[in-house]
Amino acid sequence: MIEQVAEPLRQSTFAKVVLEIDVNNHPGVMSHICNLFARRAFNMEGILCMPVSDGKRSRIWLLVYDDQRLEQMVRQLEKLNDVRAVRRHGAEHEVFERLEDFFH
Amino acid sequence: MKQMSGAELIVRLLERQGVRTIAGIPGGAILPLYDALSGSELIHHVLARHEQGAGFMAQGMARVSGVPQVCFASSGPGATNLVTAIADARLDSIPMVAITGQVPLSMIGTDAFQEVDIYGMTVPITKHNFLVRSAEELLEVIPAAFRIAMSGRPGPVLVDVPKDVQNQQVSFEDFPPPAAAEALPASDRAGIEEAARMINAAERPVLYLGGGVVHSGASAQAVALAEKAGLPTTMTLMALGTMPVDHPLSIGMLGMHAARYTNFVLEEADVLVCVGARFDDRAIGKAARFCPDARIVHIDIDRSELHKIKQAHVGIHGDVGQVLEALAPLVDANPRPSWLARVNELKAGHPVEWATQNDPRTHYGLVRTVAAALDDEAVIATDVGQHQMWVAQAYPFRRPRQWLTSGGLGTMGFGVPAAIGAALAEPQRTVVCFSGDGSLMMNIQEFATLAEEWLNVKIVLMNNNSLGLVYQQQNLFYGKRVFASRYRGAPDFARIAEGFGVPSVDLDSAPNPRGALTQALTTPGPCLIHVSIDREQFVYPMVPPGAANTEMIGG
Repeated sequence: MIEQVAEPLRQSTFAKVVLEIDVNNHPGVMSHICNLFARRAFNMEGILCMPVSDGKRSRIWLLVYDDQRLEQMVRQLEKLNDVRAVRRHGAEHEVFERLEDFFH
Repeated sequence: MKQMSGAELIVRLLERQGVRTIAGIPGGAILPLYDALSGSELIHHVLARHEQGAGFMAQGMARVSGVPQVCFASSGPGATNLVTAIADARLDSIPMVAITGQVPLSMIGTDAFQEVDIYGMTVPITKHNFLVRSAEELLEVIPAAFRIAMSGRPGPVLVDVPKDVQNQQVSFEDFPPPAAAEALPASDRAGIEEAARMINAAERPVLYLGGGVVHSGASAQAVALAEKAGLPTTMTLMALGTMPVDHPLSIGMLGMHAARYTNFVLEEADVLVCVGARFDDRAIGKAARFCPDARIVHIDIDRSELHKIKQAHVGIHGDVGQVLEALAPLVDANPRPSWLARVNELKAGHPVEWATQNDPRTHYGLVRTVAAALDDEAVIATDVGQHQMWVAQAYPFRRPRQWLTSGGLGTMGFGVPAAIGAALAEPQRTVVCFSGDGSLMMNIQEFATLAEEWLNVKIVLMNNNSLGLVYQQQNLFYGKRVFASRYRGAPDFARIAEGFGVPSVDLDSAPNPRGALTQALTTPGPCLIHVSIDREQFVYPMVPPGAANTEMIGG
């Protein structure tokens, strides 16, 4: 038999990318999103979420590594019933940079 | 203005959705819903003996009808017992709505009696799930659950309803309309044209059909495309029946337990047209070495399946039925005599073992004798293991939805309750459930339900008193270190069946096993048909896990 042996994941060598996700705002949405990443051992480096407009929607910002599975992650996100849109930004996006002060 | 409790509202909405049979088990947190259900003149409740059984009964109904079906369970262990059936429905894209009772809203999060976070637990195994926080929400949530379950790629939806929400009164103007499936995505015209060019330029194309062809109701379109373009056609486990097995273009099931020639034909393909399939590891073996010379066209309603395992040269997002219909006129009629001659040469050079066995006391012979006694109207269900693969290899499937099997999750215990569900949905059919002794014991309590409903379900038990596929793998791949795969005891299945009120026939001791089998299959009502089989008979050919499909052993 060809033994199936695990190889370690080395995500940290990839560039980072920022995802901006518009979602319905209710308890449970975060767990749907986090679950997609967690079950694939895909680490979320940064996460930020606030309600928008009248509170019926939220916007989630994620900082993740741009590894070869990211396209699949985005497609899985787009399938979620509560996800309305996913936009991709480069790591230079300022949303997480401006938060740096709170983490030092 | 209408006024009623949340529980009554659920029952009315289910009736309006067309639900006529619900499998389930009551318990404290779902008693208001059961109280309301007792007043329904339209819905027949089937009392399962374990919630997993109820879940698979709903699946059986959904798999033969293609329409979302419902199961009920109470909170806590009732809900967790549904989990396996829900996960199974997710992996095989079966439309199902599971409704669970939950402790009252005010007690959620307090570790109340029979409280579990079934919402949290089912996030990764449902297409979507809901925790209902007011009776008014049910007006939206119940139709949404059905709409989500049946739209696009089908799947299971869970609706968790706290007991106090079931009891809460709600006033509303009128019922929402019953849910319908969402509109299909627009066809990708450019992709379809490119696919047609690839098929027309191909010399050795192969059509690869998956369960999506069944869900889309597209088997006629798939067969028509194959016939026009001269495409040898392979089917996944989930797609068996979409092209009749004796169609001249059928090359049978691909993958781990395919006929040798099928995997060899795929090895030579220069274009692979994948329709509603997902390049599962059991079907394609080592992904990097699957169809090494082929350019790939992949058609799927789920965009995330495109390029997931194999990068497609043309990925077409859309309903496979619509895409095949648009594709057919663009494809040149081509009988492909030299490619089909090569396919037939491979077929003749690698004859399959199951084609010639007819003794009903052998595994393949039993499958073929059952088939000979039935027509294509029968439904064939299986459990999971060696018997499942032998049936997949040797049974002549000729229509979609004839074949019910747990493909993605591979759940032992699936067979009996799924067969019960099939018989509930289509009582005019004979339903046969092939099972093994290991699988049968995982939901054997549903014999009680079967006897109570007195359905036309025949369980054909291939008994080798072991976990045969485990025993096989230990023999083949673990140095014959056989461990925990042979049973030391040997239950008397005939007496067990009779104890539940299900008649039985033992082919081991029957003077005329073929006659006894035919009589059992044609007598209305349930029956257990017991056959001892040889533990040393393995499923061949077999692609070792992780190997390429051409590296088959045996057969």
